[in-house]
Parts: sequence; structure tokens; C-alpha cells
Amino acid sequence: MSLPLTWRSLMPPILPALTLLALLGPVMAGLVGTVMAGFGHLPAAGLTGPSTEPFRALWNWPGIVPAVRLSLQTGVAATLISLFVVVLLVAGWAGTRPFRLLLRLLSPLLSVPHAAAAFGLLFLIQPSGWIARGLSPWLSGWDRPPDLLLVQDPMGIALIAGLVAKEVPFLLLVTLAALGQIDSDGRQKVTTALGYGRIAGWLFTVLPALYPRIRLPVYVVLAYSMSVVDVAMILGPNTPPPLSVQIVRWMGDPDLKMRSLASAAALAQLALVVSALMVWRLAEVTTGQIARHMAYRGNRWAGDGWLRAASLGLGTVSVLAILTGLLGLAVWSFAARWNFPAVLPEALSLKTWHRSAPVALATLGTTLAIAGSATLIGLVLTIGCLETEERRHLRLTQRGLWLLYLPLLIPQTAFLPGMQTGLLNFGVDGTIWAVVLAHLVFVLPYLRLSLEGSYKSWDARQAAVAAAMGASASRIFLSLRLPMLLAPILTACAVAMAVSVGQYLPTLLVGGGRVQTLTTEALALAAGGDRRVIGVYALLQAAIALLPFALALALPALVWRNRRGMQHG
Amino acid sequence: MDDGLRLNTVTIRHLDHVLVSLDLHVAPGAILSVMGPSGSGKSTLLAAITGQLSRDFTLSGSITLNGRNLTELPPQARRVGILYQDHLLFPHLSVGANLAFGLRPGLARAARRVQVENALADIGLEGFHDRDPHSLSGGQKARVALMRMLLSDPALLLLDEPFSRLDAPLRARMRELVFAFASRRRLPTMLVTHDDEDARAAGGAIVRI
Repeated sequence: MSLPLTWRSLMPPILPALTLLALLGPVMAGLVGTVMAGFGHLPAAGLTGPSTEPFRALWNWPGIVPAVRLSLQTGVAATLISLFVVVLLVAGWAGTRPFRLLLRLLSPLLSVPHAAAAFGLLFLIQPSGWIARGLSPWLSGWDRPPDLLLVQDPMGIALIAGLVAKEVPFLLLVTLAALGQIDSDGRQKVTTALGYGRIAGWLFTVLPALYPRIRLPVYVVLAYSMSVVDVAMILGPNTPPPLSVQIVRWMGDPDLKMRSLASAAALAQLALVVSALMVWRLAEVTTGQIARHMAYRGNRWAGDGWLRAASLGLGTVSVLAILTGLLGLAVWSFAARWNFPAVLPEALSLKTWHRSAPVALATLGTTLAIAGSATLIGLVLTIGCLETEERRHLRLTQRGLWLLYLPLLIPQTAFLPGMQTGLLNFGVDGTIWAVVLAHLVFVLPYLRLSLEGSYKSWDARQAAVAAAMGASASRIFLSLRLPMLLAPILTACAVAMAVSVGQYLPTLLVGGGRVQTLTTEALALAAGGDRRVIGVYALLQAAIALLPFALALALPALVWRNRRGMQHG
Repeated sequence: MDDGLRLNTVTIRHLDHVLVSLDLHVAPGAILSVMGPSGSGKSTLLAAITGQLSRDFTLSGSITLNGRNLTELPPQARRVGILYQDHLLFPHLSVGANLAFGLRPGLARAARRVQVENALADIGLEGFHDRDPHSLSGGQKARVALMRMLLSDPALLLLDEPFSRLDAPLRARMRELVFAFASRRRLPTMLVTHDDEDARAAGGAIVRI
């Protein structure tokens, strides 16, 4: 079928092309910039390469071995633990009442920005935190905060805990979405009748079909946990910090020459993540072989009650940690005097909020403007792509899926330094639009992933009926598809807003310190240690990420209050 | 005590509405056919016996199998073998590994392999150990599913319309095979179907619900 060559027919393909450019352009350009600076070519700092001097300097940095070890160990541990908790939880409890309850608490936590969750956890577990207060002095005997390394410990245990608490909701929701695509009930019925314990039956028969569908999200978690900056600055050790944090420190050095060192370190970080992903892939294959070997032995593992209980316990702890953490942020932001062993402040006051309001409101405005713009642009591009694919009967291939995930798999620290130096050359770094562009890279994949399912499963017969009545493709799109997909579109927007609000490194590096959002502001306050102000900013950050979700739930219910057929889709 | 399956004044309610109310006995080696239109609660009755009844249903009365009260046991401990309409072979395991998955634990790997090979010969599938289940015909898949269940050494056989996906000649052969295994092992067998021919061919008592 040949399409008439009008501007209308030329319109759609432009959007997919633009989407690809917005998604991969900054990543690729950034990587090129990082490679050049890493090999000593940085004209802005008066360096002309190529040279291996930056790598030599990196190798001679005394912190290199501990920094690499920390990145590796926190990243791998956080991913393994999160995956274990999620797999055991779903294997042991999917479809039960406690599971549904846990899920209802967990889903909104997905949108809580990493930094806010990390601050909440910090306020909970630090020596003067809520847990220590709850145990003092009656049990611990402490009448002042104990001198213990409970956070920022050299092993990175607090950092791992913070990552796990945030990645469990993510992996759980991803797993449940994938579970709907395979016949897990049938498999479970058979394994139960054959006498297998719930968890063993699930691991032997459901997981092998499920894992390939959650592989990419697991890789995202691994890449992210190995290179995270904001959570590591809050909960991770300082001397030395994980490699990613050190890269950001070097990037922020007033001496521009340090950026070549930062870029060399960024390339090392990229190599580290790529190697970890490859080792992980090998481990998947080996685990699969061992599992098939064990399945042949026929052991039933029927007494798995303790393991089920443990998994539910772990899931509950991870939910409660974030929830009480957020509550702690709120209490601190309203606290008047609050001395150590007291569980609650002596009085509540609005003083901190009054004091912070002028700056906080301006920052809130910037945060919303950036998140709103990135979401809106991303939404137009994403729906444009989906509609074009629909009209041309294209499907997202496996390769397309990898492209979509690429910005989430390549460590931010690897391409953002290059992107910053690139923008520096054009003189557009430090503008709000540059930041929107950087956020778009991370917003686009999540928009696409959350819209994909509902867009593709929309009943095409509706369109066929309308077309038979003479409706044009545009009319079908505007007056049927969009309104009927109102709820999923709003949810996708809420996800996109939350993703943008949570971005730390893109805002910091591309904004060049001149664009402040709630996240960068909260992180800047972290060093000062004023818990009341941190409470204000982290709470605002969480609220602004959660609010769109509430709206995404409420609006369709309001709009369709007289349309029963639209209320459960 | 070896007296087969007994349902003593079993009543299954959905919310407050009585779905099934039954009192019956299936002796070892005997076959009972339960017939009824779809939605009459046949599958629900089987789920009550396997212990996989969903929470929306309530069960009263007792179900005993060779004197053991099944309702007090977790589903894994009931030793109830069930065959469904779909063969539900695990696609990531070879045909032989599917059978080994059903085979009771114990024995070394080599001895298990021998047992699995023997089982394959019993259903006319010699040399199929390493085959991909996907490459099997519908009738072959049904036989593997049957054998996988038998290898778990059940004390009761439940058949949830297991023949309805097969075409007529295959259906007759599969029925014969299942009933032959059941009577040779003296298993009490309950067949749930909406097909008169299946029930007649079973040759046992027929209950309509």
C-alpha cells in the first residue's frame, strides 16, 4: 500500500526518529565526550590528547582499589538481595491476601525518589535515629547517641540496605507484570499436586519462564546499584567513597583538568558495569543448569513454611523501613526541640517550614517545570511512536527493547560527564532546557514501558467499528483511543514525573550547579546535617513524586463517574 | 485401611450459595464419572479434593482417602494425582526431565534415569528422554503428563476432562491407557466430564451434579 505523500503522512515517522535521537543522542554524544576527555583531550581545560595520562593518574590514586571494590560489592549485594526477596515473596505468596496487602502498600513507594527514601532510612538507623531512640535508654542504656558506625560504614551495608528497600518495589512490580504473561497458575497446580512445596515448585517451573522477561530490569538494577551517586552520598562511606561518588567529586573540582581524571574514572566505571553484567549472565546460565539438575532429583522441599515466613518478613521490613523513614522526615521537619533519647520531639512547630519556604517554593517551581516539560515532551514522542507503529503494524523487537533500556543500563556517571563537557562547548550547559533534555533520556524509557501494554492491548475492534462508519485515523486516535486510554496515560505521566523529580546526577552535572531542584538541594543540604531542613526538602520531594499518582487515580474516576464500562480498565 | 475415596456429606458453598452437595464412595480400582454442564462446580469439586480450593469457597463435610482425612492435610501431602485438559508439560525441561520431576525422590541419578526410561517405554515413547516436549504430538504430550503424574505415586486419580482436547481415535486410545493404569494399580479414580461417551467408556458409576 503506498501512502499519499502529504505533510500529514510524513508527520508520524518524524516522531520515532526524534524519540531515538532524544533517547540515544545524549548517551552516545556523552560517551564520545567521556572517551575524549578520558584520553586527555579536553580543549576547555587546555588539554589536547590523546594521552593515557588520566588513566595513569587514576591508577595512582590511592583510593582506586577500595572505591572499585565498594562499587562492585554494594551493587552486586543490593541486586542479589533484592532479587532474592522478590523471588521468594512472589514464589511463596503470590495470589494470597497478605501479598495483596503488601502490594497495596508497596506500589506507591515505587515513586518515592531514591534520595528521599535514603534520607528517611538515614533518620531511622543512624546512631541518633528512631530505632536507637526507641531502644534507649531502657534497653541499650544509651543517654547520648552511641559512637557506632551504623551509617556510612566502610563495608557499605547501610548503602546496600537503602538500595534494597528501593529496588524491591521496582523488581516486584516488574515481576508481577511479567507473571501475567505466563501460565503460572497451571504450573503451580501441577507442582502442588505432585507434592512440591510452594516455593520449590515455583522456582523449578515458573521462574525459568519468568526470568527472561525480567532480565533487563534486573540488569538495570545491577547497573544502577553499582553506579548510584545520591544514595551513596547519603548512606555510603566517604573515605574513600564508591567510584561513582568520587567521579562526581572530581567533576565538581574547580580545576577543569580534573575532569579528564573524572572521565577516565567514568570509563573504568563503565567497564566495571559491563564486566559485572557479563559475569551475571554467566551466573544465570550456571544457576539454570544447577536448577535443572536439582529438578531431576525430585526432592519436594515441602516444608518451606519458614522460608515463606522469612520472605514475607523481609518484604514487610523493607516496606516499613521506607514508610517509617518518610514519617521520620515529616516529624523532623515539624520538630521543635528534640533531644536524644526522646522518641518524639518536645513540641511541633512550623518554624522550619517558614524558614525554608521562600527558597523551597522557588526550587519546587523549578522542579515542577522541569518534570512537567520532560513529561509532556516525552509523552508526545512516546504516543507518537506507539501510534505510528500501530498504523504501520510494527512491533517492538528485542533489539528495540535493548535500545530503550540502554540509557538505564549505561551508568549515568559514564555519559553525563561527557554530555556536560559537550554542552559546555556549545555554551548551553546550565540552562533549564539542557536539564530537561537530560531528564528526557531517563523519562522516555519509563513512559514507553508503562504505556506499552495498555496501548497495544486496546481493543482494535473499536477502531474497526469507527472506521467502518467513516472515521479517519486521526479522529479515531483523538476521540476514541486517547480518551479511552486516559487512565494508563495519566499513570505513565505520574511515573515520568516521579522519574524526573528523582534525578540527581543529570540535574547536577548538566545544570552545572545553576539549576536547583528539590533533589539537588536536598543533597547539598546533606553535608550540613540540618535534619529539619533536610526533612522539609526530602518530604517535598517525596510528596511531589507521589501527588501525580494520586491524581492519576482520582482523575479518571472523576471524569468517568457516569461510565461504568470505563471504571475497571 | 484401603477403602478408597469417601466424600461424607461434602458441601461446597460459594458465598452463601450451595454449589455442590455430595456423598459418595469410590473403591480402589473403581471409576466414578461426575457429569454436569460447565459451571456446575465439577472443577471446584476436584479443587476441594486436591486442596487447591480458592478462598471464595467454603467446604464442609469430610473427604477421606484410604482412611486419611484429606481436609486436614496440606495439598502437597495428599498424594492426589490429577490430569488436566491441558497437558501442562514444563517447556524448559526435556521429556525425561519432566518425568523425573514427577518421580518420587530417593535413588541415585543413574537409577532415576533407568526408572524414567522404563516409564517412557511403558507409554510407547522409548528414546524420547532428551526430546523437547514442544516437538511432541498432542497424544504424546498427554501420555507424558499421565506418566509424570503416575510416577509421583498417587493414591487417587482425578481426571479433569483430560480427553476433551484430543480427536476421536486418539481419545479412545488415551482413555484405555488411563483406565488400564488405574485398574492395574487399583487406584480409585474420579473422572469429571461433560461428555457422555467418556462417562460410558469409563464403565463405572455415573453421578450427575
